[in-house]
Amino acid sequence: MSHAWRVTVFLAGAAGIAVLFALVCRTLPGPLPVRNRYAEAINSRVYAQRNVTDAVSAVNFDYRGFDTIGEEFILFVSVLGSISLLRITSERTEGLLADAAEPSRDVPASDAISLWVLVMIAPKVLFGIYIVTHGQLTPGGGFQGGVILASAALILYVGESFAVFRKVVSWRLVELAEAAGAGGFLLIGMIAWFWGKPFLTNVLPLGKTHELTSGGTMPLISLATGLEVMAGFVLLLFAFLQETLTVRGEE
Amino acid sequence: MQEQIIFYAGFAVAAWLFVIGLYGIISSRHLVHLCLSLTVVQAATYVLLAVIGYRPGLPAPIFVGFPATSPAVDPVIQALMLTDVVVEATVIALLLSITVRVHRRTSSADPNEVDLMRG
Repeated sequence: MSHAWRVTVFLAGAAGIAVLFALVCRTLPGPLPVRNRYAEAINSRVYAQRNVTDAVSAVNFDYRGFDTIGEEFILFVSVLGSISLLRITSERTEGLLADAAEPSRDVPASDAISLWVLVMIAPKVLFGIYIVTHGQLTPGGGFQGGVILASAALILYVGESFAVFRKVVSWRLVELAEAAGAGGFLLIGMIAWFWGKPFLTNVLPLGKTHELTSGGTMPLISLATGLEVMAGFVLLLFAFLQETLTVRGEE
Repeated sequence: MQEQIIFYAGFAVAAWLFVIGLYGIISSRHLVHLCLSLTVVQAATYVLLAVIGYRPGLPAPIFVGFPATSPAVDPVIQALMLTDVVVEATVIALLLSITVRVHRRTSSADPNEVDLMRG
């Protein structure tokens, strides 16, 4: 199909969407009367029922924990897919990679950048752990904290080089962390079976509100999710960097 | 009145992002551009969810500093969104790695030139 013809078909479709959308918007009840009973039920109960202050994390890791398993495995499978697509198998490319990863072939980072990166990594990791562990108290949790932790690995590459990145980040260890995160979520869900309760029931002691240990299984699931998200993103970073450097090595 | 404007403007922005992202996809001349256009389409869902979860004047559902039984904005929508943002990033990574494979195989990243049916 030619470009002009494709755009014409698109414009016809877009005009159709615009008309239907405008018609639908006219019948909307407006923001005030719309009430989500389910959301109100959670908001009014979460503090008394689960001893936590963050209703969003309670939805993610407790009330709708089963849906989060689905989300987490989308993440798991897409990371798995990316890695298998980018996987480098032949010895030839391994050799090229070793050449490309030689520190001498990288543009050396200036001392100012290297120093700044080394200074920044510790607070970044600390902040990530803080966000992961305080999910049930303040905005945060495994998903957000995991991404912050993974970005610590990214700035290691930005400030130093891929050679340093490879030295510090162990592929095997990160792979293990991802498996532990994904499996840990399922195992925490299975704890409920010992009490004869359904999968993912919050059976652990709920602790005191405003404390780190409050929320029963919530902080544990948040931790497992954080591990999985962090490891998933670091693996992606690793695979893409390897691919880039292999291509550079071939040229 | 202000709530009405936020509400309808939100729906309009969501529709606009969806359509402009689709235009990016159909007119794309590079697979990376195509993947990024898809993220624009997906951004429409974030705006739509934000508008649906919006409650005029109510605080975030973090029950610190105000009574735990008082109303707050919809926490279900927020939970949906934050998982969606993270998961979407990895799905885009999957699409980009497919792009890398396509480029390796056909040495082209133009969706019009890539003949995917070639054995």
